[in-house]
Amino acid sequence: MKGNPLRSRRAEWLVTLPSFLWLALFFAVPALIVLAFTFHGHTANGGVGEWSMSTWRELVDPDYPAIVWNTLRISFEVTVWCILLALPCAYAIARMNARWRSIVAGSIMLPFWTSFVVRVFAWKTMLHPDGWLQSCYIVWLRFREWLFDWLPAFLREFLVWIGAASQGRVDVATSTILDSEAAVVLVSVYSLLPFAIMPIYTAAEKFDFALLEAARDLGAKSFYAFRKIFIPGIRQGIVSAVLMVFIPAVGSYVIPQMLGGTNCVLIGNKIFMRAIQNRNIPHASALATLMAVAVLVPLGLAMWWKSRQDMRDRKRIETQTARLMEGGAR
Amino acid sequence: MSEFLVFDHVTKRFGALTAVNDVSLTVNKGEFFSLLGPSGCGKTTLLRMLGGFERPDSGRIYLEGRDITDLPPNQRRIHTVFQNYALFPTMTVWDNIAFSLKLAKKPKAEVEERVDAILEMIQLSDQAWKYPSQLSGGQKQRVAIARALVDRPQLLLLDEPLAALDLKLRQHMLLELDTIHDQVGITFLYVTHDQGEAMSLSDRIAVINKGKVEQLDGPANIYEAPATRFVASFIGDTNFFSGEIAAVDGDYCYISVDGFPQIKAFNDKALKVGQKIDLSVRPEKIRVTLSPPLPEKGASINVFPSTVKDIVYQGVYTKYWIESAGLKISALKPHSRFLLDQEPITWNDEVFVWWHPDDGYMVEAR
Repeated sequence: MKGNPLRSRRAEWLVTLPSFLWLALFFAVPALIVLAFTFHGHTANGGVGEWSMSTWRELVDPDYPAIVWNTLRISFEVTVWCILLALPCAYAIARMNARWRSIVAGSIMLPFWTSFVVRVFAWKTMLHPDGWLQSCYIVWLRFREWLFDWLPAFLREFLVWIGAASQGRVDVATSTILDSEAAVVLVSVYSLLPFAIMPIYTAAEKFDFALLEAARDLGAKSFYAFRKIFIPGIRQGIVSAVLMVFIPAVGSYVIPQMLGGTNCVLIGNKIFMRAIQNRNIPHASALATLMAVAVLVPLGLAMWWKSRQDMRDRKRIETQTARLMEGGAR
Repeated sequence: MSEFLVFDHVTKRFGALTAVNDVSLTVNKGEFFSLLGPSGCGKTTLLRMLGGFERPDSGRIYLEGRDITDLPPNQRRIHTVFQNYALFPTMTVWDNIAFSLKLAKKPKAEVEERVDAILEMIQLSDQAWKYPSQLSGGQKQRVAIARALVDRPQLLLLDEPLAALDLKLRQHMLLELDTIHDQVGITFLYVTHDQGEAMSLSDRIAVINKGKVEQLDGPANIYEAPATRFVASFIGDTNFFSGEIAAVDGDYCYISVDGFPQIKAFNDKALKVGQKIDLSVRPEKIRVTLSPPLPEKGASINVFPSTVKDIVYQGVYTKYWIESAGLKISALKPHSRFLLDQEPITWNDEVFVWWHPDDGYMVEAR
């Protein structure tokens, strides 16, 4: 349809209006309400009190920075493990023939037919101190200890500083995998892995595997071709996988609640505790806002950096082309 | 002369299908060599075995005397121009071309110099910093060729490189490929199902059918002296006359075809009376006229009165479908002179078709 641009602009608006309204009503408004709650006090019976800065003042709790940091660190670990596991999985599925592909892709989605809480509860049994996973955990701890001793001093200090290792020796013999950080990471990876596999698989399915042959043909080893051609080729899928895993990991509270015990309290648990147990909605809102900021600020920075990089790329292409054209004219 | 590339009794099966059946052939250094055949004939499998993507079930492949049969693709100095180009979409044209040089850890200055030089050769210097998706089909094709040639491989494989281009561009790229081959002096192995491409580019052609080499020869010989009925029919159009030798007269013989007058042909295979034979006569060798040829000419050549059944005007030539004593014969009449000063031949005209006995070629005796 040709016609006046104003009219087509209006049509565009009309088409997108419902989704805008939806987003505004069920996302933007609630987010603003949550933000507004943080500037209220709370009442004894669990209601929202008068306008006040008391909630933000309460937030200066010495526990919180460590919990926020741990949440980010554990979410990061879970994301890394998920991506590392999802990449070969997705690659393998994408290379299968159509029949196997649907069977395997289907079985990855199969766990979703069971309740999430039931599945986490099943893990509780598997992680029992008499189970085989406990033995694996002891081996893992010993390996970590050995690795830790082997690392240079500055790296050891760094790991302690970010909270990924403890200063003193843990007593390996009495450590249990249940109620440990390892259990939280393990089960989070288990439950979020499909969210990493699916977007990567979708991207890998569209990937032209002849490109890997071309790379091999030009002298690349298989792994080099995988790294330099396949990974950049499915970058979009990896980016969505990271978001699909990281965001739920940051908000998770069921897994740390049931499997992390007191050794792994994440921000999700705190929010849950403040909102349900302490009936302090403003405080829970403030924590949620804090966490959103902690995730959105780095994300925003990354996006800004990426767009700057793209702009530089475009500039570079322009100048390089100009240089080559001058060279050609000479 | 030492043999450059040798296939030695190579066989490759996929399940019940024998894609390549005991193929032996030799390619000379610097040659433009074509593997020509219909789709599914095994030519691509031959190419993939050279690239290292398939392993033969039996037989060996030698390149400059070295057995390369079991080498992985990255250890062969053989590069491929893929049918769909297979340019890396996440890299610029420049980085695509530099890929093999960077892999070989060449110094930065050398990489730059060689990439810039080959970009100039393919006349795409101004496109160097674009991404493949921003290029046209012909440009992608040239980048694919440059990428495969930039580190000077021993052998360049081209897998139907022009199949994805439109006709005009294809003709242009044919010339360009020829020029590039002359410039770089690398052996080209070209796979195609298009006999026109193979004929116009190749020094030698191996015509392949059902996994076997039917004929290996220069383009002119393959056209003029096809070894088998398949080659004769696959390369260009032809008329077949199947019959048996009725009489031999010096260098010539007479072939009797059911219900058709005897045909005189040059007996280069020294066949004897009673042997069965397929005679191939190319349409452009057959003349079609309203009046018979002059008697002194007519005595020594084949002349058959016929009826015109169909006429297709093609600009450069006109194609006639003619029926003569129950046989369908096709003939081409090139328009080297202005059409209108001749008496036009029309549908259902009674005409004479005639050709010189030397213009028929006897393919395989049966």
